[in-house]
Amino acid sequence: MAYSNKVIDHYENPRNVGSLPKDDMNVGTGLVGAPECGDVMKLQVKVNPQTGIIDDAKFKTFGCGSAIASSSLATEWLKGKTVDEALAIKNTDIVTELSLPPVKIHCSVLAEDAIKAAIADYKKKQVAEGKTAEKMAQPTA
Amino acid sequence: MGRPASAHRRATLLGSSEKKTMAIKLPIYMDYHATTPVDPRVLEAMLPYFTVQFGNAASRNHPFGWEAEEAVEKARKQVADLIGANAKEIVFTSGATESDNLAIKGVAEMYREKGNHIITCVTEHKAVIDTCKRLEKEGYRVTYLPVQKDGRISLDELRAAITDKTILITIMAANNEIGVIQPIAEIGAIAKEKGILFHTDAVQIVGKVPFNVTDLGVHMASLSAHKMYGPKGVGALYVRRRNPRVLLAPIIDGGGHERGMRSGTLNVPGIVGFGKAAELCRQEMATEGERLRGLRDYLNDKLHRQLDELYINGSVEHRLPHNLNISFAYVEGESLLMGINDVAVSSGSACTSASLEPSYVLKALGAGDDLAHSSIRFGLGRWTTKEEVDYVADKLTSVVTRLRDMSPLYELAKEGVDLSTMQWQTEGH
Repeated sequence: MAYSNKVIDHYENPRNVGSLPKDDMNVGTGLVGAPECGDVMKLQVKVNPQTGIIDDAKFKTFGCGSAIASSSLATEWLKGKTVDEALAIKNTDIVTELSLPPVKIHCSVLAEDAIKAAIADYKKKQVAEGKTAEKMAQPTA
Repeated sequence: MGRPASAHRRATLLGSSEKKTMAIKLPIYMDYHATTPVDPRVLEAMLPYFTVQFGNAASRNHPFGWEAEEAVEKARKQVADLIGANAKEIVFTSGATESDNLAIKGVAEMYREKGNHIITCVTEHKAVIDTCKRLEKEGYRVTYLPVQKDGRISLDELRAAITDKTILITIMAANNEIGVIQPIAEIGAIAKEKGILFHTDAVQIVGKVPFNVTDLGVHMASLSAHKMYGPKGVGALYVRRRNPRVLLAPIIDGGGHERGMRSGTLNVPGIVGFGKAAELCRQEMATEGERLRGLRDYLNDKLHRQLDELYINGSVEHRLPHNLNISFAYVEGESLLMGINDVAVSSGSACTSASLEPSYVLKALGAGDDLAHSSIRFGLGRWTTKEEVDYVADKLTSVVTRLRDMSPLYELAKEGVDLSTMQWQTEGH
């Protein structure tokens, strides 16, 4: 399998490898894929509550070089974006940027899924947090 | 892929071990199950038969033909001697895939009136499996025996599968991925007792450990030159001539070469090379086998010292001396190969299709797809050195460590999460 130079670069120098505290209310975590399929991605975003902008993103990936590169690139793109802008990232953007061959397109799909899962987790926490805040606020209101 | 800058980065990962391995020539070949280089002594024996002694072995009327025929008959004896056969029992083919096809289809057609049932096993090479599948379409019935956790078939299950319609048992001698050696002598005894023909794909075993068709009760055996330091494009099928005399319907029709079993002008230089390769293996097998066993065990021990969560696929006891197949848990095989791209090995992971189907051999062991995706096959051979083994072990250690640091599975496992009970999102992947 011949990899593009960009895939090789991300594989050898992955950006933003690591983990954010998953219980932090401003952190959204997406875990997609399955070990038996040969791909598992964990992607996390940390959203600044004042600005609504993603100011940190981390990933860990079990998978081939293209899967690692797709998730590494995704974290690069996520930083500095609003939550809505993040949801606009399409797998085809990743395919184009990394010159992924047809047999590796599923890696980009998984990265898009990971972004969506992380944002969904973040939004779920915000809603839950909002309800809790409302409840706590009620007695004194 | 040329990438000098990254090569430098990888070198720094290796630290001190890099210094003493500077003399090693990269890339390192450690995929001897796939193919082997031609031994220079084999090449030397072959060369005259391309240009000077170029005759057709079937030309009966002039010295060019006689010389070629003489060379072929010498090679036939050399190959026969390696497996304890008579020279007349060797049929030269284009390779082991053809040999497997000839044995299985040849028996199926010739013994059709006796029965239509064939027994094989799930970890066979595709040359056997796909041939059996073809026969199923033509009305034959095939039993694919499962293997046990160690990669060997159960003799009880073999016995239970035999019916009065069974005409052939075809079980490989040693597996090409995991190097596991099947109980060939025991299968031969069962075949003899039941009066059923027994074919074995012996490609990986012949020339590596002693393999005697008479002692083992084998009726047909497929051989390949390029797995034992001979040239590609040449193989042989051993076909027993007495007790019992095996009859085969040919799959290639023509001039009636090879006693009618395989028509086609003989590949004289290739056959000469095959013969020389067989002779060298017979002479050097004992010492070479011990040397490779030592290096293989050294590689295994070193990897186990430097890394945790390694799993050897298949039996350690019943195994070719030059094979090692290990799953590096929590690391995907293809990304591992990418990290050790100056080492030529194979992975059981095939992350190249929508189905992402990993090695069917490893799956058959019940290893779990995740471990199949994490596996590497090492095949050591005639020119493997201890320095190369050291380099490979150190390189793997650094790459596995790096990939585990970025593996969510490794992180979860270290947090104490049982990965097998997790709900994974598998839809569409």
